[in-house]
Amino acid sequence: MNPLPLPHDIPLQMPLPEGLAKILLVLLFLVHILFVNFMLGGQALAVILEILGLWRKKYDRLAYEISTTVTVSKSLAVVLGVAPLLAINVTYTIYFYSSTILVGFAWMMIILMATAAFLLTYLHKYTWESWGESRRALHVTVGAAALVLFLSIALVFITNINLMVLPAYWPRVAGFLSAVLLPSALLRYLHFLLATLAIASLFAAGWFGRSGFDLGRLPGFTRGEIIALFFRIALIITLLQFLAGPALILSLPVQGHSLTVWLLILAGAAIAVVFAFLLWRALDRLPQQLGTRYLLILTLLLGTALLMAFGRHFYRERAVAPHRQAMRAKTETMLWDSRAAQSRARMGLTRVVYTSAGEKGFKTNCAACHGESTTIVGPPLMEVRSIYAGDPDALVAWAKAPGVKRGGAPMPSFRHLPDKTLHEIAEYILGSK
Amino acid sequence: MDFPLFHLDFIGNRMLIAITAIVHVLINHPMAVGALPLATLLEWIAYRRKWADLDQLAYKITFVVFIITTSLGAMTGVGIWFTTSLVNPDAIGSLIRVFFWAWFSEWVIFFLEVIFIMIYFLSWKSWSGDKKRRHLLTGLVLSICSWLTMAIITGILGFMMNAGKWVPYTHEWAPESSLFTAFFNPIYLPQLLFRSAVAFLSAGIFFLFLIPLFKKVTFELRGRAVRPISLWVLAWLPPAVIGALWYWQRIPPFMQANAPIALTTQAFVKWYHSILWILLGMALIVPLTTLIGAIKPKKLPAALLIIPFLAVTTLIGTYERLREFVRKPWVIQGYLYANGLRAQDYPLFQEEGVLARATWVHHHQVTEENKLEAGGEVFMVACSRCHTLSGVNSVRTRLQTLFPADKWQEDQIAAYISTMHNVRIFMPPFPGSDAELKALSAWLTANQHLALRAEGGQTALLPSAPVLK
Repeated sequence: MNPLPLPHDIPLQMPLPEGLAKILLVLLFLVHILFVNFMLGGQALAVILEILGLWRKKYDRLAYEISTTVTVSKSLAVVLGVAPLLAINVTYTIYFYSSTILVGFAWMMIILMATAAFLLTYLHKYTWESWGESRRALHVTVGAAALVLFLSIALVFITNINLMVLPAYWPRVAGFLSAVLLPSALLRYLHFLLATLAIASLFAAGWFGRSGFDLGRLPGFTRGEIIALFFRIALIITLLQFLAGPALILSLPVQGHSLTVWLLILAGAAIAVVFAFLLWRALDRLPQQLGTRYLLILTLLLGTALLMAFGRHFYRERAVAPHRQAMRAKTETMLWDSRAAQSRARMGLTRVVYTSAGEKGFKTNCAACHGESTTIVGPPLMEVRSIYAGDPDALVAWAKAPGVKRGGAPMPSFRHLPDKTLHEIAEYILGSK
Repeated sequence: MDFPLFHLDFIGNRMLIAITAIVHVLINHPMAVGALPLATLLEWIAYRRKWADLDQLAYKITFVVFIITTSLGAMTGVGIWFTTSLVNPDAIGSLIRVFFWAWFSEWVIFFLEVIFIMIYFLSWKSWSGDKKRRHLLTGLVLSICSWLTMAIITGILGFMMNAGKWVPYTHEWAPESSLFTAFFNPIYLPQLLFRSAVAFLSAGIFFLFLIPLFKKVTFELRGRAVRPISLWVLAWLPPAVIGALWYWQRIPPFMQANAPIALTTQAFVKWYHSILWILLGMALIVPLTTLIGAIKPKKLPAALLIIPFLAVTTLIGTYERLREFVRKPWVIQGYLYANGLRAQDYPLFQEEGVLARATWVHHHQVTEENKLEAGGEVFMVACSRCHTLSGVNSVRTRLQTLFPADKWQEDQIAAYISTMHNVRIFMPPFPGSDAELKALSAWLTANQHLALRAEGGQTALLPSAPVLK
């Protein structure tokens, strides 16, 4: 077996019961990822529809309407991401930080990429009209650039989270790309992208299909057409997911598998089958209204998402469990040994004995730079004695406000030492022959 | 010693945090915490006086604030977490253990802030007429939320510098309420007063700079906007001064002693007083500008208003840099050193060495054969959070200043390192064993002419101890 890096945990008490922290993590992450789906899936739909709109104007309007939701979704995605980030910091401290550091460059790039992507989505939205037809290609490029940035950010996050639960793989990682190629990272990414598109499409079906939406903003569409368009995308993607999902679960390293994980994920998949069937039935009879069927679809989707989220959580827990147990034992040992060493130090077993207070002060404060007869950093004591013989006050005054006599590194001021200590040191220097 | 070490040997790890954090503060203080109440105030004046042009101007300012804060502002805020968890995971990990609920509350308020800023900005045009009062109320709630997020973070920043009566509880000891002790540390209230006043007044300076940049701002409109903004800035000046003095007086004396070097670096420390005068001069630009603005608002020369803005930006940046440096050698005062090692573990490290139980090193014991390599690992564990090998704040440059060229000697360097913390009081004591001290000194000496490698965990293949089979 590979050598497994086994660090110590942070030896401070958990601020909340672990179970509560983990429930917070799973649920708050789900809310965060929902808005990430709206943001990234929305941007993907907006870019694709804007390109279609080059030939058929009505898609351009639809793309614009989607882009106005993206800038709101992205702000919510960020703010809702802070809570799960906090929760994962406290629940998986060692795992999360270790994997984060191993993909450190890419992780830092998230900040730059997200800032750029956000500014680009604003530019994309606010220049839709004003740039006009002549700059259409540039406008599409702006939207596409934001999309590429969003896609890259997602890849970094997924790679890190995948690496986090696999400490056995940590020593093999040298740079971000080697972490992307670890088992399951790319399949996780594919699974995520499909889910994002399906959820963004369902959101769009509800957003534009709701009775309160002013259809005048989308000339050329009937309500039914819009609903059918997005239902169709969601259905096709969901069918693809039935291929990607099993591939993913089979690719997950063996450490985390358990009956609970499989039961949760299969239950989630079973609900997804019903949900896909409902979408297909809805398309069969060209819906004119969203109706209660839409609510049912959303409820089923929520069920799938919750089951999958907890399935993933139990996989994670199982994957790190033995490592975490060993880490706790190691932390405990360190705490005991550290405390024992503290009391040995207090009892003076390791203390250096000085003959006078002046000697102690000199050795701890001055000896680093001043030798007896050789120049280390500053002048040797022999020289100091020749200047200050019989005048300890002048030496103290100099130590409090030193100047530069010989060039080189200036002596720092010792004003922070008590006067008494400074005098003891001065007398030690001048008195010791 | 428990995490792979992220390391940037050119700009240095501290710089990465510093850039992110300072950009965040320079956006957060003038453009969010300060800007939102001031924009609401201008909107209210416009409403009371029925000045449609001032209302329009407040809207334009809010647009700029909205775009910047919801992109660069928000992301650099997240970026502080990202950078600190890369550079000093022990520090941020420990802080989160103590302040989880503070950060959680901050998140709830931050969430409200984002919701309210979207409502406030996006409903500006539609909530007019009878609905204007509702819009103003939204602005007020938004301003309070924005200030509260800062008020919470201030507690954590103050704790790092002066942990007060806080006692670290390990998981086996009795859980006691350490959050409140930590949060209401001795520096909390003075820093909050200072930060709030600075945030509020810097927003006024930012607005004064911004207004002439908009198109279609008439001479009359400038007068209408400049006077209340100037009065606002003048009103916050006394609290800022009182806050600053009170704050300084609460900083532990040994940290106050760091101020000259924090401000000027070791090389230029003799310019400390000159630089203080320059900073004071920059600060005086603020009352000077706003006094003119309050008395003769139309006389304020638009083209020169970038000067107070740059002055305030420089002052805030300098303050943050100073605060970060002065707290050294601690990252949590009395508990965790800037090198990420706990003070409580020092006796153990001094006995058995800092490499003995480290996770991500090749050598756990120093031997004659591995002396140089182990010395390099000691450097990474004990020094690399603040020092590079050959970039910014590099150990080679430091040693070149201290010791005559071509004459580095292992013993001299070892003697220096063993007591340097008493001399350079911003340095943590050397954590390791005697053998490690010698190994480190040997490695440093070997770097006199040719820099060896100092590579971080984000690029290098790292070893790990084969402990769990």
